[in-house]
Order: sequence, then C-alpha cells, then structure tokens
Amino acid sequence: MDRAIAIQVSRLTKTYDGHMAVSDLSFQVYSGEIFGLLGPNGAGKSTTLRTLITLLTPTSGTASVLGHDTVREADVVRQLIGYVPQERAIDRFLTGREHLELLGALYHLPKAEAAKRIAELLKLVELEEAADRAAKTYSGGMKRKLDIACGLLPDPKILFLDEPTLGLDVQSRLRIWDYVRMLKARGMTIVMTTNYLDEADQLCDRLAIIDGGKIKTLGSPAELKVGLGGDIVSLTLKDQSKIPTLVSALTRQPAMRAVKATPTGLDIRVESPEKALPAILESANRLDCQLEFIEYHRPRLDDVFIAHTGRRIQDETPNAAE
Amino acid sequence: MKEYWQEIHALTMRWVRRLSRERFSMLFTLVQPMLFWLIFFGNLFQRAANVQVTQAPDYISFLTAGVVVMTVLNNGLAGGVDLLFDKENGFLERLMTTPIHRSSVILSRFIFVMTITSLQVLVILGVAFLFGVQPATGLLGIAAILMIGMLFGVGLTAISMAMAFSVKSHGDFFSVLGFLSLPMIFLSSALVPLVGMPAWMGFLARFNPMTWAIDAVRPLILSGWTEALPHVGMVVVVMLIFDALCLYGSVKVFRRAMG
Repeated sequence: MDRAIAIQVSRLTKTYDGHMAVSDLSFQVYSGEIFGLLGPNGAGKSTTLRTLITLLTPTSGTASVLGHDTVREADVVRQLIGYVPQERAIDRFLTGREHLELLGALYHLPKAEAAKRIAELLKLVELEEAADRAAKTYSGGMKRKLDIACGLLPDPKILFLDEPTLGLDVQSRLRIWDYVRMLKARGMTIVMTTNYLDEADQLCDRLAIIDGGKIKTLGSPAELKVGLGGDIVSLTLKDQSKIPTLVSALTRQPAMRAVKATPTGLDIRVESPEKALPAILESANRLDCQLEFIEYHRPRLDDVFIAHTGRRIQDETPNAAE
Repeated sequence: MKEYWQEIHALTMRWVRRLSRERFSMLFTLVQPMLFWLIFFGNLFQRAANVQVTQAPDYISFLTAGVVVMTVLNNGLAGGVDLLFDKENGFLERLMTTPIHRSSVILSRFIFVMTITSLQVLVILGVAFLFGVQPATGLLGIAAILMIGMLFGVGLTAISMAMAFSVKSHGDFFSVLGFLSLPMIFLSSALVPLVGMPAWMGFLARFNPMTWAIDAVRPLILSGWTEALPHVGMVVVVMLIFDALCLYGSVKVFRRAMG
C-alpha cells in the first residue's frame, strides 16, 4: 500500500563546532501516523526534531514537511505545523488564555476565530476553570496540557512533541497519551521524541531508534521486536539428563528458530507461539520429559534497543563525561 | 503589513502584561533606584559640590540631566533580560516556530523599553521639579530630552538583546551588566562636568556616548535653547552613529540566533 508522505528527511547532517550531532539521516513519516524518535539524551533526536520545525538549518542534506523545504520555505512550514516544546516553555505571569491569545495573534487569526478555537482547546485539555489564572499557579500536568493546547492552536497538519511526558506523574502521563491517540484518530500526523521505551512502545505506529546521531533501526514496535528473532519459550525440566534429547528433537522442527540448552532446561526462540507451543509440548510428552516450569516471554523494546545500540537506554552516551 | 502590526502589538502587550502582573516590580519600576541618586546624592552633595565647577544654581539641578541619562543607560542595558529568560525557558523557541517576522520580537522589545524609559524620565523630571528644578526650555525641551533618551536607548537595548542571545548563562549576562554600568556612569559627565574631572578621566569620558547625551540634556534643563541647540544637534549625529554601530553588530547576532 502506498501511503502519503508527510515528512521526508534525506541525508540530513548537522554539526555543531566540529561535533556531529546528526549524521546522514534519512527517513520518511507517513500521513496520519504517530512517528517516534527514540534514543538516549544527546542521541540527536532533538536536533532532528528542531530541524523539522525550522529552528535549525542542516549542515547538509534536506528535510521537507508536506513537500515544503524547511529552510527555503520555512514560513510555509511554520503555518502547517504545531510544536509542543519540552516542559516549561511557559510565561509564568500570563494566564492560560493569554498564552493562547498571544499565539492566535502570531498565527494571524482574526479575533473571533481565535476566541472560538481557544474556547474549544481549553475544553479539550480541561483547563477551562484555570484559564484565567496565571500559569505560575499551574501544576506540571496542567502546564503540559497548556503546552499541548498551544501546539494545537494553529490547527496544524503535523504536531511535533518534544519529550511530551518528561517528568510527569503517571496519571498526567496517561492523560497525555490519550490526547495523542485522540489527535491521531482525528487524522493528525504526530512526530514525537522520547527516551521512554514504554511510551514509544504504547504510542508510536513506527519509530526510529537513534543513537550517536544515526538511525540504528526503524519500524513498528511489533516489527522491531519480531525482527529480533521471535519470542522466547523457557522450559525447566524435572530430569535434567533429558535436556540433550529434547534439544535435538526440537532443533529439527520448523516452528523453532533457535534452541539452546540452559543449566536447568531449554531456551527456545520461536516465530509464533501458536505453532511452537503445541509442538514443544507434544515432543516433551513423546520423549517423556516432565516439565517443571514453562515461561513464555515476548521480546520487549528494551531488548530491541540493546540489540541495536549495545547498551541500555538509561546508560550515559559514550562520549559524555564520566 | 496588517499581520506585522498584529504580531508587534501582541508581543508588546505581553511585556506590558508581565510587568503589570508583578505589583512590586511595577512599583519599583516607577519608583526606581535612580530616584535615590537624584534625591540623596543630589541633596547630599549640595554643599560639597563647587558651583564654579558645576555652573548650576544647585547640585540637584546639575545632577538631574545625569540621572535622566543614567535611567536610560540602566533600562537600555537591562532591555534584553526578558529575552534572556525567554531563551532559557524555551518560550523564544515557541515564538520562533510561529510564522512571524523575526523582527517583531525585537521591535516589540524596543517599543516596550522606550515607553517604560520615557515614563521613568518623566517621573524623574517630576521629582526634580518638586526640588525646584524647572526645565529652562519648557515642554518642548522635555520632548527633546525624551527624544535624546530614546536615541541613546535604542543602541543600548540592541547591545543588551544581542548579549542576551550570545551569553551561555544568565549569570554571565548580569556580570557583564554590573561590570559595564558603573564605569559608564563615573566616566561620563553625569556627576561632575568634564572640566572638573582629573585629566585622564575627562579624556576617557569624551569617548562615552553618555557624556554627549548628558551634555545636551543639561543645557535643556539649565540654560535655554540658544545654548542647548548646538549640543542637541551634535548629540543627534553622535547617537545616530552609535545606534548604527550597535544595530549593525546586533542584527548579525539576531540573525544567527533566530534564523
């Protein structure tokens, strides 16, 4: 199926004072999807995002948003996008409504049109009651909601979210996820950066894992996990002397991708559990191997991240100071 | 053009709102520390200052011109502070992703700083009036004083904004500010006329644009048009050169910072 392309990034490179933040990055974002840039701090995901929203000029390569070049046609791009920066991009002395009114003027909306949209957005993010209070009285979650309302004010075709739930409590986090899903349901294209694996897993249709300024892998969370070589079934046998027999019996079967003996049993990588589990149980029965324990484990995004970057996402970047 | 004005108006009103939200800040903006210079320093040095040197009926009327220009200096040098905070908390970035003319942000700041400065200058002239200082050139003279203040303020505000965009942290910004402000005042004719200064200080003070501004404001307050006009003509030329230099340098910085 051919899908409309919302964003096209071609061989994007950005260097700061000789340090390469992003190197030869190419990818596409399709219309109507939630696209995630996942990576540790300093991986280059913010640089990529900031190039797309016209704040940075690439050193080489190009980026285009809905067919418009982010450098040559920056003003057109700015009309089409909404941006939700990282936390705290808020003027603590202005009220929520005043934030939105200011942006309304900056997007050149007529007063009546702006007032209508502002009322809708305040309702959407449940800030109607707090709308006329100074933002310094807002909680972290409320500020985030205001940020999102600000990003939505221009009625953008594409919304960019930079670390949307960084530092939020669990409840606010889930609320933000709900908004993002709802916006997608309305047909909006969403590009977000995150360094939370569960967020990327839950929210993104497709994601690019970025590390050291390069895309390590790209695909839907499910694809990426399957790409690792399937789910894992771990068996613990009552009689450990039977392990070699069972290993050789299973190795030859088509539903098993890899069979490995462990001290207490077997670890089997399987393509699909539906086919593999009955076959495993059948072989175990036939060979009279009594099972003490059976564990079925789906690869998590953590496993994907480690497989492609060689480290956990929480680890510091290698070039960061010790 | 209509859009341009809509942007500038909205951004300027934001600065006004911010100020009005902070009651104390509002109060201290109008009753500013500069008034203390006028009231305390002006009266304190009344007998210590030599009338032969100051060529003024009393020290406070001599000092008024200095305090007026010091107000312009302080406001101008601090004019970039709010942009510095905007830069640090990401608000500027939010503004920069909207389809506005980049210059709107800068212009809104100029308009706001010039307006506040003018109001403060009027407060100072008002307080000076209470101490018996009557501007010799009347209302027109006051208008000329405000014009001189704005001409000087534009360049200063431009420097301050450029500095706000260039510094790494706001600590740096305030250090530079604190470092610049006092020498600018002492090495000018604000407190003592050039002829009354030690030769080396008087020499340095001649290169201080502040001196030119004060030497034009002072006759407007003390003497009258015949004496003031040549100075006013001269300061306009000096300030246009000063502003051109400041704007030339800072526009480069703005371009780099705002894309």
